Amino acid sequence: MARSKARGGSTRLSGGQQGSAAHYNALRDSADFRQLRASFRGFVFPMTAAFLAWYLLYVVCSAWARDFMGTQLLGVVNVAFVFGLLQFVSTFLIAWLYARHARSRLDPLADRIAHEAGALGDGRGGAL
Amino acid sequence: MSGDGVLAAAASDVTGGQRGLTVALFLVFVAITLYITLRASRQTKTAADFYAGGRSFSPVQNGLAIGGDYMSAASFLGIAGIIALYGYDGFLYSIGFLVAWLVALLLVAELLRNSGRYTMADVVAFRMRQRPVRVAASVSTIVVSIFYLLAQMVGAGALVALLLGISSDNDTAKALTIVVVGLLMIFYVTVGGMKGTTWVQIVKAVMLMTGTTLITLLVLAWVGFSVNELLDRAADRSGKGEAFLEPGLRYATEASGLTGKLDLLSLGLALVLGTAGLPHILIRFYTVPTARDARRSVIWAIGIIGVFYLMTIALGFGAAAFVGSGAIAEQNPGGNTAAPQLARSVGDHFFGDTGGTVLLAVIAAVAFATILAVVAGLTLASSSSFAHDVYASVLKRGEAAEGQEVRVARVSAFVIGAVAIVLSIFAQNLNVAFLVALAFAVAASGNLPAILYSLFWSRFNTSGAVWAIYGGLVSAVTLVIFSPVVSGKETSLFTGSDFSWFPLDNPGIVSIPVGFVCGWLGTVLSKERDDDRYAELEVRSLTGHGAEGAASH
Repeated sequence: MARSKARGGSTRLSGGQQGSAAHYNALRDSADFRQLRASFRGFVFPMTAAFLAWYLLYVVCSAWARDFMGTQLLGVVNVAFVFGLLQFVSTFLIAWLYARHARSRLDPLADRIAHEAGALGDGRGGAL
Repeated sequence: MSGDGVLAAAASDVTGGQRGLTVALFLVFVAITLYITLRASRQTKTAADFYAGGRSFSPVQNGLAIGGDYMSAASFLGIAGIIALYGYDGFLYSIGFLVAWLVALLLVAELLRNSGRYTMADVVAFRMRQRPVRVAASVSTIVVSIFYLLAQMVGAGALVALLLGISSDNDTAKALTIVVVGLLMIFYVTVGGMKGTTWVQIVKAVMLMTGTTLITLLVLAWVGFSVNELLDRAADRSGKGEAFLEPGLRYATEASGLTGKLDLLSLGLALVLGTAGLPHILIRFYTVPTARDARRSVIWAIGIIGVFYLMTIALGFGAAAFVGSGAIAEQNPGGNTAAPQLARSVGDHFFGDTGGTVLLAVIAAVAFATILAVVAGLTLASSSSFAHDVYASVLKRGEAAEGQEVRVARVSAFVIGAVAIVLSIFAQNLNVAFLVALAFAVAASGNLPAILYSLFWSRFNTSGAVWAIYGGLVSAVTLVIFSPVVSGKETSLFTGSDFSWFPLDNPGIVSIPVGFVCGWLGTVLSKERDDDRYAELEVRSLTGHGAEGAASH
């Protein structure tokens, strides 16, 4: 377990060790990390905007577009049901897409950065 | 969930044999969970064991436990009941509760696992002055958890009494149920810590999924696996025709006009944004070895929860088709007994009288397990936050011995549990169903802005975090106090007086923006900023470099 109780959240690494701020700043400014952050944010921010908009469209239609939602498609199954089921489909799909993106793009970069950071002598367990 | 209005006739529906079987199944579940908890207690030595289950659960285990933590009686009995009585509108809840998991998956779970240790405050206070931020986060955690606890425990009192065939006028029986539920949850948490609680949630998730799948298959078999036929019969028997299959009978009814429509939008926002700010959900991400396992567990959870909410459609419309809205409303005006009543009907239909009795007892036991697993998670979240954030970081300024901190966590679980028991007994005849939606609204308005700004905004600081949490919390609670759910309507908490001026039942549409704006305003009004610590947080949250590892024993 961590021994330093310095600043709450992080205890293992920072804890006022000399050079740790410089260490993290250097990592943060490295090309690999900038690429990781861009790849992460480039996926999750647009995707969040998309699924929230898609969900709110559904809620707004449920409140304001009753005739549209009540249109029957197959037997008694109407637009409201299909729209609702599509929310399930899109949720499963986005979860799967994110898992795939993370596995192929984010994880290898994160591993490389963590590995290099460890090699700098301030990695996990290195200094303590 | 409300228990009032259950007719005495309901009690006579419950036969002696069925009551005996239900009690026996309750006792089996209790015995299994007590054994699990005692076993878990032997492996609970360090703070990481107590708060985070040693961070040693697998993604599948944690995915199940997340499901067990999340799918409350409000989901299981509540949604099935709303669908059974009002048709399509119950489905709106299912969708909000599920889509919300994408916020947790994409923006919160992994980053939180990498940057925190035990509580939500670990992340929010990462680069802040510890004391004000941790106090704010702890206040919010405890308030959200107590609201949610009250809703579940009052519901449990009414529900268990009903399933055992005790008249709802019997306050002593309901109070006794609340005390038993409360004592069990205190035991799970104080003795078993996160390990015990997690296993209780896993057992519950398996029971809930098995029971729900069974009933769903039977319902579908009854209609020859034709969804069309099921919906048709439900609409027919409801007496409302096609309107039963469209939105608008429960929420945003035509009679409620623009207010009703805005209220629905407000509810939708709170549901979709609240989940990723619920403290008892957030601490589950700490129970796995790495952030990647946190991701995998959320993906499992999305699969489990998604399938469950799909099955609520079959439960709700099945109850409408085969039990009938009238018979359900007669038992419980809120519809909370729709699922158990459906269990009896399909059992009777396929396996005769005995089958109906057995299935009803099984579903009653599932409902009991559902409530227990959720209240245990809530108690653990609030006691962890008190011990780790208030006691260790604020009162002891980070100098508390680990063993002492865990002792405080156990004592606070006891105190919070006792408070919840007492409040629930006082509230047992009040309509507290709105507290679930309020807990989601507070989580979305206060906790979520604080978490997102912490993780993604370099300028964010102590003042911003404190403003966001209190701003969201106070605005959500204040708006509800002055809304029709508390006074001014027949269904209000207090029917005698009317001091309402806020027209919506759900505060989210106002309080969520208020929380985000407060967080921004508080930040820019303060000069504090810590770029070095933000660099560390960014690196750590995205790469796991420096994150807490799994316990090695």
